[in-house]
Amino acid sequence: MSSIEDKLFLVKFKPDDRTHLIVDQDHCKECKGRPCTMFCPAQVYHWDETEQKILVAYEGCIECGSCRIGCPDLLLEWRYPRGGFGVQYKFG
Amino acid sequence: MAEHFDVIVVGAGPSGIAAAHLLAKAGVSVLVIERGDYPGSKNVMGGVLYRHATDQVIPGFWKEAPLERPVVETRLWVLEKDSAITVGYRSPKFGQEPYNSFTVLRAKFDKWFAKKAEEAGALIITETVAEELIMKDGKVIGVRTDRENGEVYADVVIVADGVNSLLAKKAGLHGEIPPANVALAVKEIIALPKEKIEDRFNLEPGQGATIELVGEATAGMFGTAFIYTNQDTLSVGVGAILSDLIRRQVKPYELIEHLKAHPMVKPLLAGGETREYLGHLIPEGGYHAVPPLYGDGFLIVGDAAMLVNSLHREGSNMAMSSGRLAAETVLEARQKGDFSKRTLAAYQRKLEESYVLKDLKKYRHAGRFFETHPHIFELYPELANSAAYEFLKVDGIPKREKQRTIIRNATARRPLRKMIGDAYAAWRALR
Repeated sequence: MSSIEDKLFLVKFKPDDRTHLIVDQDHCKECKGRPCTMFCPAQVYHWDETEQKILVAYEGCIECGSCRIGCPDLLLEWRYPRGGFGVQYKFG
Repeated sequence: MAEHFDVIVVGAGPSGIAAAHLLAKAGVSVLVIERGDYPGSKNVMGGVLYRHATDQVIPGFWKEAPLERPVVETRLWVLEKDSAITVGYRSPKFGQEPYNSFTVLRAKFDKWFAKKAEEAGALIITETVAEELIMKDGKVIGVRTDRENGEVYADVVIVADGVNSLLAKKAGLHGEIPPANVALAVKEIIALPKEKIEDRFNLEPGQGATIELVGEATAGMFGTAFIYTNQDTLSVGVGAILSDLIRRQVKPYELIEHLKAHPMVKPLLAGGETREYLGHLIPEGGYHAVPPLYGDGFLIVGDAAMLVNSLHREGSNMAMSSGRLAAETVLEARQKGDFSKRTLAAYQRKLEESYVLKDLKKYRHAGRFFETHPHIFELYPELANSAAYEFLKVDGIPKREKQRTIIRNATARRPLRKMIGDAYAAWRALR
């Protein structure tokens, strides 16, 4: 069994110093089920119970766009990382 | 950079490069804007590349393109928890010129394909995000990029920015895709020695096979899994409709582990080492989800136009063909000197006359059928597998009695009347 951490370790990223994924924490707090923490294939979103907020590990985003479409109220600001940043597949 | 080109293509995937290549070859000045480090670095598919559509862009491409293996055998596995019903077709004709399809790795193929377009005269700028279309009086006149002074202008813009197509959405040309209209697929590239691949898949040296898997492969969700043979790797992946993944709270990276652990799949992968993990959306809304394909000063191609026939896992061919037909349309428009909606409407007609929209139209009710019959992917694979088990188990019970047991078990799960209804609905949706 390989975990998502193992899988992401194999992917080459060139992370930008700024996020390309901006969540609306007020809505995330109220969001039922927070599906992004489940369906995101790179586990970018993590609900921090003590801080009561979504942590966004944008550096490991594989830019599929699922969260953009799957966010229940489409309240996510989603853009591509700046040119040259983000995921860089070796095989594709 | 405030420069003017005849044509700007946004996105260096199969559709964008096909268009750019053909236009450049015809002497048109073309700029391709690509956000990756190199064309292919952000691009993902299963991936099967079809010869016919690609050959129409670069005749005889297989003689020099970085391809993995020609596909000589296509298999379908209907999985239950620990068993499978398997069917397939193999023909040596698919392993000879001019071939039918090839497995490819997009980071390699797209890079080569883009280089060919460059050789034909297209200008490709990488590491550049196209932020939005520049509009004037309701007409697309250029593209704003994330570079400093990054406005570029053209007579016509070919929007080939993939499934998310932020450009078309920002310009209001395309509504947001509902989660029921996209599949989220994840994939692993698993390294294995060539000989092992050929032994395990019963292949001649250099030849390839594909397996599509349904049923337990997607934990009964609306979707498919796949195993494709590359030269010295396997592409192993699984995709399901995003709304299903959300509803069932499935983590895609756990779903692929579930697939890899299935007793039918595990021996094929044994000893393999995962080299890369990938994820991508597939536009599966079908005919009714296709956005307006043209307007004043623009055309939309490939995944951005939702041109995917998911039932036949065809998409790369539709990308190639739509790119080619977009290029043809632009060349005609140039002769007229008119890039208005009226002239560019020829693109829509060309797609309608081709297999692209004909095939999507044929299956236009398929999406709705699967949506309203979610048990198709769960119940029937189970019933078929248990029926096969019952019938093939030799245990002294007379066959007629077995037959009765099979029917009784099946109708206990779903009344015969409803099964006939399912079959009729399937026939109507897919005929």
